[in-house]
Amino acid sequence: MSAQLAQFLLSGLTVGAIYALVALGFCIIYNASHVINFAQGEFVMIGGMAAASFLGAGLPLPLAALAAVALAALIGMALVKFAVEPARGASVVTLIIITIGAAILLRGLASIVWDKRIHALPAFSGEQPIEIAGATLAPQSLWVIGVTALIVAALWWFFNRTLTGKAILAVSHNRLAAQLMGISVRRVLLVSFGLSAALGALAGILIAPITFTSWDVGVMLGLKGFAAAILGGMGSGPGAVLGGLTLGLLESLGAGYISSAYKDAIAFIIILVVLVLMPGGLLGGRATERV
Amino acid sequence: MLALIAGVALLPLALANNYHYEIAILVGLNAIVCVGLNLLIGYAGQISLGHAGFFGIGAYGSAILTARYGWPPLAALVAASAAAAALAFAVGRPILRLRGHYLAMATLGLGIIISIVVATEDRYTGGPDGMSVPPLALAGFTLAGERAWYWLVGALLVATVWLSLNLIESPVGRALRALHGSEVAAEVSGIDSARHKLLAFALSAAIAALAGALTAHYAGFITPGKVTFLHSIELVVMVVFGGMASTFGAVVGAAVLTALPQLLTVFKEYEMVVFGSVMMLTMIFMPRGLVPTIAALAARRRKAP
Repeated sequence: MSAQLAQFLLSGLTVGAIYALVALGFCIIYNASHVINFAQGEFVMIGGMAAASFLGAGLPLPLAALAAVALAALIGMALVKFAVEPARGASVVTLIIITIGAAILLRGLASIVWDKRIHALPAFSGEQPIEIAGATLAPQSLWVIGVTALIVAALWWFFNRTLTGKAILAVSHNRLAAQLMGISVRRVLLVSFGLSAALGALAGILIAPITFTSWDVGVMLGLKGFAAAILGGMGSGPGAVLGGLTLGLLESLGAGYISSAYKDAIAFIIILVVLVLMPGGLLGGRATERV
Repeated sequence: MLALIAGVALLPLALANNYHYEIAILVGLNAIVCVGLNLLIGYAGQISLGHAGFFGIGAYGSAILTARYGWPPLAALVAASAAAAALAFAVGRPILRLRGHYLAMATLGLGIIISIVVATEDRYTGGPDGMSVPPLALAGFTLAGERAWYWLVGALLVATVWLSLNLIESPVGRALRALHGSEVAAEVSGIDSARHKLLAFALSAAIAALAGALTAHYAGFITPGKVTFLHSIELVVMVVFGGMASTFGAVVGAAVLTALPQLLTVFKEYEMVVFGSVMMLTMIFMPRGLVPTIAALAARRRKAP
């Protein structure tokens, strides 16, 4: 394997892991409510920005990261409480527009509470690059990939082994039946929005040392996360991870071998082709429609 | 319909200066796009998050043909709209088979690809800096001044609304509404759903491109900002905000959401916060959109003694 290829693969996996985390956030909210949460990218921004400002206020990095994740989770829950729940009974499209409004609101708030400059977090464990197969890898990339793997394992455990996780799955399969079994849909919504927001914030903190962060990074990262979730098959957890990694690799290989200006275009063309050939995404089941 | 004509005709009485005219013209241009997009989203029930791409093809197509190749503006405008419709027709056939969020993703991807091409091919488009566009002229007569533009855009808006209202009441419109309700049921009753969806998609793309070309000629300058994914989202938000499946809703949605940011500039840095809040509150309390909610309220009041 040439060193160049290894380099592209490594950077693709790093970015892909971030997309996977954002995509998982989309997925969890979609399963609980069938809403595409367009504010998901803003949680990524809040994670990075809040961690940077807590760090600036003198908190040590682990505490700052924890506080930023908690803040994002609270905002996520507030979004359900004050925006999604009052609009109960509205169509899904209306709910999606509400999340777009929330995204604009959060972006506006971020530009006031913080500022419109670019911020950076220090790398978690130094800048000394590691050499693998002739390619260099920043330690931060290991953090990104490692934490993502850990989160995926934890989510699997949560959804398969805990009562709350199973309740969320039940609601995603059949809301009414779940309600009849005594599951509180309100609580499920609260937990899923909180969890998604926390995942987004974590992604924002992990990537901030590599790509920096500012009040408007949420737009692009949210968009890529959505693309990854759809590529994998909306609502499928493994699909979200696969979609994220695929998108990251496509981008980095496209940028490396074809054209860096067109790397996003290449990724989107391949997504279009995949969707035309597999209308339910890579891991989306063959849908049957009841008439 | 008469109310719209009267509105367009009487509005100049309330417009005090060129700045007001400019906002009215921008409202009109956005309303034209939204009326077209509403045919696709509101009536055919197919989402598109890529219409800024078609808007951009119209704007840049017309700009490049006139500025770089010396075409007469009117011919360039028609050619650019036709190109957008042709692209929509070609791409629409495979992607309109997708449903719901997958269709949203496909149209989103299409829009983004167009915006990347516009931003990258700077030999033709001027790249991120944008390019200047010659004014609209026909046979030596140049359309200039806010007032002349106002009447042109106003007339076009009335024509688009008229076209849309007629289309909805025609067999094609009934077919579109049928396949929105249930695609299977529509197919069973003999409606070629693929052909009708494609028609709505291509028509809305052509209308968006026409408005895009006019916007470019009116402003005299075009930047890739008008072709971005955020602009696509803005257009969809206008349609839903005003009320889906309501032609006047699309006009009202475009008017409110185009004029609101201009009014909100008094809030300076709080502009986005206020704008986002207004959007959320409106959708929470009027989930069906402005026009249908207000129409329902008015109907209820009329019924009450």
